[in-house]
Amino acid sequence: MNWTVAQRILGLLLMFFSLTMLTPLIFSLVFRGEAWLSFVESFVLTLSAGFIIWLPVRNARKELRLRDGFLVVASFWIVLGLFGALPFYLTHNPAMSFTDAVFESMSGLTTTGATVLTGLDTLPKSILYYRQQLQWLGGMGIIVLAVAVLPMLGVGGMQLYRAETPGPVKDTKLTPRVTETAKALWYVYLAFTILCVLGYLFAGMNWFDALCHAFATVAIGGFSTHDLSLAYYNSTAVNLVAVVFMFVAGINFSLHFFTWRYLNVRHYFDNPEFRAYVFVLVSVSVVVIVGLLWTGTYADPEDGIINGLFQAVSIATTTGFTTADFPSWPGALPVILIFASFIGGCAGSTAGGIKVVRCLLIYKQGVREIVRLVHPSAEIPVKLGRQAVPVRVIDAVWGFFSVYLIVFGVMMMAMMATGLDQVTAFSAVTLTLNNLGAGLGDVAAGFVAVNDSAKWIAITAMLLGRLEIFTLLVLVTPTFWRR
Amino acid sequence: MKILILGAGQVGSSAAYHLSHEEANEVTVVDMRPDVLRELQDRLDIRTVVGHAAYPDVLERAGANDADIIIALTDSDETNLVACQVAYTLYHTPTKIARIRAAEYMNAKALFTQDAFPVDLRISPEQLVCEYVEQLILYPGALQVLEFAGGRVRLVGAMADRNGPMVGQKLSVLKQHLPNAEGRIAAIYRDGTARELQGDTVIEEGDEVFFVAARQDVRVFMSEMRKLEEPVRRVVIAGGGNIGLRLALALEQTNQVKIIERDPRRAKIISEQLNKSIVLVGDAADEELLLEENIDNVDVFCGLTNAEEANILSAMLAKRLGAHKVMALINRASYVELVESGTIDIAISPQQVTIGSLLAHVRRGDVVKVHSLRRGEAEAIEAIAHGTKESSRVVGRRIDEIDLPRGTSIVAVVRGDEVSVAHHDTVIETDDHVIMFMTDRRKIERLEELFQVDVAFV
Repeated sequence: MNWTVAQRILGLLLMFFSLTMLTPLIFSLVFRGEAWLSFVESFVLTLSAGFIIWLPVRNARKELRLRDGFLVVASFWIVLGLFGALPFYLTHNPAMSFTDAVFESMSGLTTTGATVLTGLDTLPKSILYYRQQLQWLGGMGIIVLAVAVLPMLGVGGMQLYRAETPGPVKDTKLTPRVTETAKALWYVYLAFTILCVLGYLFAGMNWFDALCHAFATVAIGGFSTHDLSLAYYNSTAVNLVAVVFMFVAGINFSLHFFTWRYLNVRHYFDNPEFRAYVFVLVSVSVVVIVGLLWTGTYADPEDGIINGLFQAVSIATTTGFTTADFPSWPGALPVILIFASFIGGCAGSTAGGIKVVRCLLIYKQGVREIVRLVHPSAEIPVKLGRQAVPVRVIDAVWGFFSVYLIVFGVMMMAMMATGLDQVTAFSAVTLTLNNLGAGLGDVAAGFVAVNDSAKWIAITAMLLGRLEIFTLLVLVTPTFWRR
Repeated sequence: MKILILGAGQVGSSAAYHLSHEEANEVTVVDMRPDVLRELQDRLDIRTVVGHAAYPDVLERAGANDADIIIALTDSDETNLVACQVAYTLYHTPTKIARIRAAEYMNAKALFTQDAFPVDLRISPEQLVCEYVEQLILYPGALQVLEFAGGRVRLVGAMADRNGPMVGQKLSVLKQHLPNAEGRIAAIYRDGTARELQGDTVIEEGDEVFFVAARQDVRVFMSEMRKLEEPVRRVVIAGGGNIGLRLALALEQTNQVKIIERDPRRAKIISEQLNKSIVLVGDAADEELLLEENIDNVDVFCGLTNAEEANILSAMLAKRLGAHKVMALINRASYVELVESGTIDIAISPQQVTIGSLLAHVRRGDVVKVHSLRRGEAEAIEAIAHGTKESSRVVGRRIDEIDLPRGTSIVAVVRGDEVSVAHHDTVIETDDHVIMFMTDRRKIERLEELFQVDVAFV
């Protein structure tokens, strides 16, 4: 273990992160100077903490090993959750407890979008903007951003990149240099953000809301600046813009990159994961819309179609924006939506969940077993598109799947032990572990009414979900620490 | 620079290692073995592509469309040639380098034209290694002998021992010792680190001294550093592979060569090609065999088999049995470090020998020759100065006016046929070949910039 190198990078990253507290300061000054002091204090505290961590080891310049990558990424995300909470904790409006502040910050950074705040419409604009910005930074990954803009991370950049990016296969680079790959991803991300802002402006939002919601949309986050979320606008145009960008952000960003690089959309349609992703979204939407129309939940069929489509895309991509009170929809519809969030978006996107490609591989394995029953001596590789998937990857997918389920079970029981009822506990774990943010039962309107211990469990679950469990879990295994 | 390396074998991986450590390069490696590539990508900041190196679709996936250089280093000559052809025909890749093993292809110079095989540079690691060993045998006592300016200038590394007249003396004394010879000390390494050179720097016993000298003056310079050794007569080569055979062929006219080969069939084949050398069938680590062949009278023993462990062990054994000087061919950089401080006199690293010829093509500016030294940490470079005083930052200036990066020194200047040692007041002219020694290779980009002609003035 390379403690000093890990420490040096941690310090650098923290100083880097402290800079992001300066943009809300601008908003605070533009909008009547509310809460500016808490941002200045947080900036100074974070910067000096990073500096103190960095100073004693500033000359440590060994290469980062695989293990150090895990250590840096996991510890940085934990530290990030704590320091990101500073502005919430230090400000007087809203007055938040330590637990609530960390919850809000972690929910933002992991792009979950569950909140402990109420009365969002009356909060200072700077705080509102800061929440959205946390989501935006967490979406593509703040470490990936750091790899892109801080050249001194160098070779170790790949180890960090790998520990933070979601998906089963992480060796594919878009360009030979990891810094260039990280840059490419952020350019694509930035481009979509700008398009999304324009889309929202066009649909009738004011520029502040457009910017804030664009951040939350392309990050697949789900924070809003209004208590009613997107239902506040009651506008079909806004909803459609959101649907388009949630859909786009749930696609693997390397596909966007190749499309942009070669000016050819065939990359999307050649990709089996993309096709499965579209299939899932379309079928969930159709089922939900048909369900709503059949039961006559909405008097106007157009409302049913728009709300059904919006909720299906928002929940299945794990965004968690709401336009309708979907938990009270009839029959199995709420549960269908919640289950769809387990599949989540594509690998290498900003979405949460298990990821489409893993579910696709598990499904294909099931099919293979059936074929094997009929042809016992057949050699049947599991294929994605025209390529056979290495056994190692399939093993890893199964490992991930089973650990996901175990973590889910343990978390749910722990939640129930703190006094939550079964539906609430189930949905609380789902919405945090999948980084979804919208749930059923008592957490349908956020975590306001939930006790502190359950909030800490939720904080852990959000982090596990964002780092795809293993990056965090590996740190608590004895093998990792054995020399 | 976008570089495509085909083949992740020993030469390929070390090329990827060296090239990807320079910030300006973007390296992609193609190979058929996914496990080798995965391991390589874990260590280096490169992109890897699995597939056959000569197939157009594989090359396209690897980014051949906008590659600046394609370096084909697979172990099949045919694959390398076809890959260069494909890159030329389909992607118009500007620079194509191919590794060619078979002397049969290498000798047919007419093959390598734009309308046959469009290969800009052919490298044969076997031949380079063979020439390298040949130089070492020609200059006994040298650890490294590298050529510049078409052989007119040589850079020689040697260990100073107590019998050298210069040992214990200040550098400024050298000129008095050798008033008529052209040459100077380029670098001194003590305990593994480079020393800063000043007039009053004292050469100590055990220093690794690098000096440049005109070809005819190498011997006198060497005699200043250590007791001049007798010319090599008797050479034993362990391993009758490609390198061993080539070396035997090159040496057998002037030296007594014995070559030990384990495989009787291979021994038969090489014995038919060699005229004067004696081919012995047996194990190079067989004590009886070595004693029987008078190993204690041998001047140089070279372990040149494919197995580096066998080379190390047989060389150590030969040394213990009385061979005067032993060399071993070692691929792994970590083994080279282990061995060089021990009983083995010279470790020959094929990668380091090969990489220089690749680097010369990767460097910006008109770089003719690059030799990689001390496991890639230092570099000796020959570059041509172009332009005028206005457009170049080198031409028309005295050496002490040139803003060289730290750890870099201009050691010699070749103008036409004339070799002159660089002094602080030497003025560089256009078309001069400037030979430099760089103790810290990480500064290479600044050096490249220095030798580029400012386009605005052309």
